[in-house]
Amino acid sequence: MGALGKPIILMVAMYAFLKFGLPNIPGSAPLPSSLIFLYLLLTAGGIFMFKTLSGESKDAFWDPIRRFLTGENIGGLQALRYGVFILFPLLVGWQTYGSTAVSDLPPTESRTIHPAPPGEYTGLSNPVPKTPENIMQGKGFYAAYCSPCHGGNFDGKGPAARGFIPAPANFADPTTIAMLQESYLFWRIKKGGVGLPIEGAPWKSAMPRWEVELPDEWIWKIILGEYDGAHQSPRTWE
Amino acid sequence: MSVIQQGVSIVQRALRAVGSHDGWLAGLLLMAGWLALPSLGIAAEGTTAGPTEYRDIPYVGSRNLVWIVAQLHLLLAGFVLGVPMFAWLCEVIAWRGGEKRYDKLAKEFTKLLTSAYSTTALFGGILLFLLVAFYPKLMNYLTDVFFPSFLLYCFLFLLETATLYLYWYGWDAMQDGRKKTLHVFLGFLLNFFALFIMIIPNAWATFQSSPVVLADGTAFERAWAATWNPTWWPINIHRLIANVVLGGYICGAYAGVRYLSVKSPEEREHYDWMGYVGNFIGVFGLLALPFAGYWLMREIYQYNQQMGITLMGGFLSWLFILQAMLIGVLFLGSNYYFWLGITYRIPGSEGKYRRAMLMMLVSLLLCLAVWMTPHSLVASIEEAQKMGGAHHPLLGVLGVMSAKMTVSNLMILITFMSFVMYWRAGKQDTAGWAKLAKAVMGAVLVLASIAVIVLGVWGYFVPAIVRINYFSTSQVLIVIFVILTITPLTALLLKSAKTTTEMVWGSMPPRAGYSLVLNAIMVILLMTLMGYARSSSRVHWHVYGVMRDTSPYAYSPALGSASFIMAFCTFSFCLIVAFIFWVATMGDKYKAAPGSGKGELPHGIPAMAGGAPEKQSQG
Repeated sequence: MGALGKPIILMVAMYAFLKFGLPNIPGSAPLPSSLIFLYLLLTAGGIFMFKTLSGESKDAFWDPIRRFLTGENIGGLQALRYGVFILFPLLVGWQTYGSTAVSDLPPTESRTIHPAPPGEYTGLSNPVPKTPENIMQGKGFYAAYCSPCHGGNFDGKGPAARGFIPAPANFADPTTIAMLQESYLFWRIKKGGVGLPIEGAPWKSAMPRWEVELPDEWIWKIILGEYDGAHQSPRTWE
Repeated sequence: MSVIQQGVSIVQRALRAVGSHDGWLAGLLLMAGWLALPSLGIAAEGTTAGPTEYRDIPYVGSRNLVWIVAQLHLLLAGFVLGVPMFAWLCEVIAWRGGEKRYDKLAKEFTKLLTSAYSTTALFGGILLFLLVAFYPKLMNYLTDVFFPSFLLYCFLFLLETATLYLYWYGWDAMQDGRKKTLHVFLGFLLNFFALFIMIIPNAWATFQSSPVVLADGTAFERAWAATWNPTWWPINIHRLIANVVLGGYICGAYAGVRYLSVKSPEEREHYDWMGYVGNFIGVFGLLALPFAGYWLMREIYQYNQQMGITLMGGFLSWLFILQAMLIGVLFLGSNYYFWLGITYRIPGSEGKYRRAMLMMLVSLLLCLAVWMTPHSLVASIEEAQKMGGAHHPLLGVLGVMSAKMTVSNLMILITFMSFVMYWRAGKQDTAGWAKLAKAVMGAVLVLASIAVIVLGVWGYFVPAIVRINYFSTSQVLIVIFVILTITPLTALLLKSAKTTTEMVWGSMPPRAGYSLVLNAIMVILLMTLMGYARSSSRVHWHVYGVMRDTSPYAYSPALGSASFIMAFCTFSFCLIVAFIFWVATMGDKYKAAPGSGKGELPHGIPAMAGGAPEKQSQG
């Protein structure tokens, strides 16, 4: 089993790192099983490729597997071999049962976080000039209406944030509002969660429909304040 | 005997007859039934009042049928337009360099072309009939806009067909002196016409996504304005490169299959070499393809934010994770083939390069892991709660374009270095400046990799427009600089190098042939996937923002349903290509059989599918 030892150790080590190591890095969190599976698949693919690069390494890799499966000269491993023959089909059966049986758990989500905005909201530019006064005023509106959820530091950690799943967006993260045009934010603030289109299913957003309470000018000012406060810039084409 | 009994006996007789002809009749009947399906729709439509906007067929649905036929036509067209490019290139290499094997290779590619060309035209014809039958209102509108280009397209098709016939059937007759020059010129013309045959329909398709409509003006002015729409040239460039990639990998797969089946050492050598050339051409195109794809997406995003978000952030964004997986497998497969080549074709090289191969493999896998990490993860409610949402707090940063662009550039660099390693294997530098050259190459590579990574990380901290217009462009330019620096330096070094180990062709293991086939399947799947993405980005519009789709199919299919059609198209295309290759090589197999010289045949083999020119080469 010599040539198989390293691949097995590598796979176990990789699993342990993804399952227990990476989540414990400060600022990290447990990985979903889909991602762990993906990374393990890549690792296994890499091992397979490397071990089959030459005739010798291929034989050294496959021969123990072949001998184990056929029972040829494996000595005391016979019992283990029979154990694998019994347990492997049971494992496949268990997996199949687990993935097809009726469950009381909610289904896995593949939510579209950024659905496309309606046509009338594309290409709008902010009519409010980007002046220090307007930015300051926007930050004031933000503090009053947005910060309870999105946080005074624009990091999605407002006092009310813990009550929501999914959590409010973290604007300081360069992968959120920095990827979007101002018109997109205008649409999402104005129409809120109820204004999400069909592709935004399952419409998991507690964002209020601010058009009911705020005039458009205030919303545009909030957008100025948000970008400035989060130290981000909107996507533009100029 | 009652009428029903008579009917039953006729069916029974027919079934018995089918059984005695090995299923051919059944196949023909099925095919005839399938082709007759649209007539049901046409018949069903007869009762409606007013101008007909749509027709449909039962069970399959008009949209699905058009989707499948259009995709198959496009795949065949990609092959037919891609192959002449490198067939001609191979011929030029043979013509200028005197290496006859390149001429033989070019001829073999062209033989595949002749039979594929007619099949492509056949599917184009079927597609046109289906479009006219199912979407009369849309076709009416498009005809009104593009009428002048329809005429030009027909004319170009005539020229292309005539040139192809002259090019193929005149191959052996035009081998010497000025005739060869004329033949090479014909090859150039073939590619020249093919380019225009590709870009004219591209205008029709891109017009549907990014229309430019002139209310006034002559027919020519309106057609020209519609043709020169914002996504026309990005698509032209992207498809041109993609066709080279498709053609290269399919020829590689053809060589791979032949390599697995042939017995004689000469044939094994030939098909091993052909597989190498196919893979090389595929990789050559693949290195440039991500740049062209990025430019296309940028133009789409800039043209319409809604369409850009639908593609890259909306419901179609999952397709790009699948795309990453397919491209990743393609990169891995291509590199694996290079590495197998070093190990098996250059005996004794394995020990020298094994560590380098391991490092390259690990780097490729790390890059692929980044590329395949989605921004919004698939997670159960429980998992999402632990992450604090659909984004992982640490790995979420890998899900955006800055990371993707960085790793795709690095993968291109690694693949290029794989090729350079293969190129240099089995040779010893003798030039006095070899050490300095290698140090320069190493430094260029390391500095370029660092620069690409630094720009990628920096990209998170600058406005999106700076990243898109300057950082991403710089990354691409850096990679191009590396390729343009290291290629001539290596070529110069190898000019004076001593060959220590001769390359042994025909010694590759069977898995090399399988990897060539896998690469081809990945490219086909990629094209079906991205074809769906491009079409679906129009959502419920026939012509975006101009003509709305009011048919019952004005919805985007679920990704699972779409995947089924993509897989079906891939499978069908593989079957068609296998059939074409089988037909194209039928004559060779016959001639290879003992005592089956063509001269003994009273009438020869029918002059289709590339059988004829061999007659002259035999004599």
